[in-house]
Amino acid sequence: MSDQSCSKLFVKGNEAVAMAAIEAGLRCYFGYPITPQSDIPEYLSRELPKTGGTFIQVESEIGAINMVLGASACGVRAMTSSSGPGISLKQEGISYMAGSELPGVIVDIMRAGPGLGGIDASQADYFQATRGGGHGGYRIIVLAPGSVQEMYDLTMLAFDLSDIWRIPAMVLADSVLGQMKESITANPRPQVELPGKEWAVRGRREGSGQNIVKSLYLGDGEMERFHWKMHDRYRQLAEQESRWEEIDTADAELVVTAFGSTSRISRTAVAMAREAGMKVGLLRPITLFPFPSKAYAALSERCKRFLDIELSTGQMIDDVRLSVVSGTQVYFYGRPPGAGSLPTPEEIFEQIRKVYP
Amino acid sequence: MTQVFSRPESLKDVQTHFCPGCHHGTIHRLVAEAIDVHGVRERTIGVASVGCSVFLYSYFDIDVIESPHGRAPAVATGAKRARPDRIVFTYQGDGDLAAIGTSEIIHAANRGEAMTVIFVNNTTYGMTGGQMAPTTMPGQKTSTSPNGRDIANDGAPFKMSELLSNLDGVAYSARVALNSPRNIMRAKQQIATAFRYQVEKQGFAFIEALAACPTNWGMSPLQANQRVTDEMIPYFPLGIYKNRANL
Repeated sequence: MSDQSCSKLFVKGNEAVAMAAIEAGLRCYFGYPITPQSDIPEYLSRELPKTGGTFIQVESEIGAINMVLGASACGVRAMTSSSGPGISLKQEGISYMAGSELPGVIVDIMRAGPGLGGIDASQADYFQATRGGGHGGYRIIVLAPGSVQEMYDLTMLAFDLSDIWRIPAMVLADSVLGQMKESITANPRPQVELPGKEWAVRGRREGSGQNIVKSLYLGDGEMERFHWKMHDRYRQLAEQESRWEEIDTADAELVVTAFGSTSRISRTAVAMAREAGMKVGLLRPITLFPFPSKAYAALSERCKRFLDIELSTGQMIDDVRLSVVSGTQVYFYGRPPGAGSLPTPEEIFEQIRKVYP
Repeated sequence: MTQVFSRPESLKDVQTHFCPGCHHGTIHRLVAEAIDVHGVRERTIGVASVGCSVFLYSYFDIDVIESPHGRAPAVATGAKRARPDRIVFTYQGDGDLAAIGTSEIIHAANRGEAMTVIFVNNTTYGMTGGQMAPTTMPGQKTSTSPNGRDIANDGAPFKMSELLSNLDGVAYSARVALNSPRNIMRAKQQIATAFRYQVEKQGFAFIEALAACPTNWGMSPLQANQRVTDEMIPYFPLGIYKNRANL
């Protein structure tokens, strides 16, 4: 582990995720092949056992998420990864994890959908990721890398945030981020103060109480109290863990907003706009839940035009509209996922020109 | 005076909610006795499933994880792989294990996970009010097979002990019943053996316990017990189907 710390590596996004998970102390990985993320189980099948961890390619994505539940219930860092169709299968398990206040990391490398869809990059699972995804009314932490370095760093962050807040955490990326290769620094695991897991199931020690990991609340008022408790936890999460990046927004007349792959393309388009003398900036959310609403609110006090770019017909735009102050115009440019959908910087620059004041 | 009999240490001193004549209470007791006889209560983790089995954590004085419906063998796999030195068992009904959970049980068994599975077969979905289950018998009337289970429409009942015994990964597979003192004593021994497989051999052990469900069968406790004797045992024969290490 330590000989890859602080070294520069040229790796695929998916590999960066797997490397970071090992560095973060991953003990158990349960996964299943699905394009475009199979590199993750492949890498872990080779490397995780070398660290004493457990790797199993399991029978289904359903089996995998339930094994993460079981391992996490025992206080151990566990992870699974998949893409759209598999993430749909995992929703029940994720709901149970949320209801049981279990940590755990779920990596979603989005591909085109719905149904079998395709293997090209997509951002059309934004709603699935950020609105709980499963039944019952809950949210999970969602981190959106915008580079291979962030595929690495945010995977490590996912483990820490998940443990600290006892909320499942998702690393949300797409085919492009998963498959592209970039130079990264394999940062060592950050020194973070983590809570002890006294709640974990471990077998009764002499004098210790019974630990139960469950999500069933049948008693009068019990379920209601649970919901308000989590509601308050999500509020604190938003106050303390919202993350975003701003580029050239201080004097911007138009702010382009995008996450993940589209933020990379937009970065270039914004630079092209600046080159052409336009005052354009970029606001890139890094946490999609909690959505960094305050960043949008603050920017829109002064800048009244936003251009939202997504690989979908528009999902994050709802959160953008909810976050900006009234009187702000939010424009949209979307390319729904599929072969040939990835926009070019020129294409986005054209859209910038159309809506620039 | 010497005390020769008491409540097992692994069972809490509480009254259960099971119906009169239900065999869950007896099976709970035998499982608790097995945990006690092996002295592993302090490192045992139970995985409760969905159905009348969900109350596991209310009755067993051990740490318990609640699993989604059918997924207990997967949850148990996660727990056992995370903590290989713990004794992990699942406790599941026929709908849980043989309907929604078929994939999870087959694969955990096939991998030979070092766990113990207690499968309570009462030919019905008890908790939800008596619907047809994968082990509902031909002609048996339930709330979703009002004219009796029709093999042509619904297939034949699963015989899980036999099915799993064919997998190399399974070390022990046995079917027991609680309908008579003799069968209870045999069940006690075989359940203890099933746990012994995990404690001594790190092997996968499966116990299918034929059980009565008087409430959903529309019978009295004695009638229900008789049904186990007269109808269930002839169809689901008792016996040890696999005993790899001859324990």
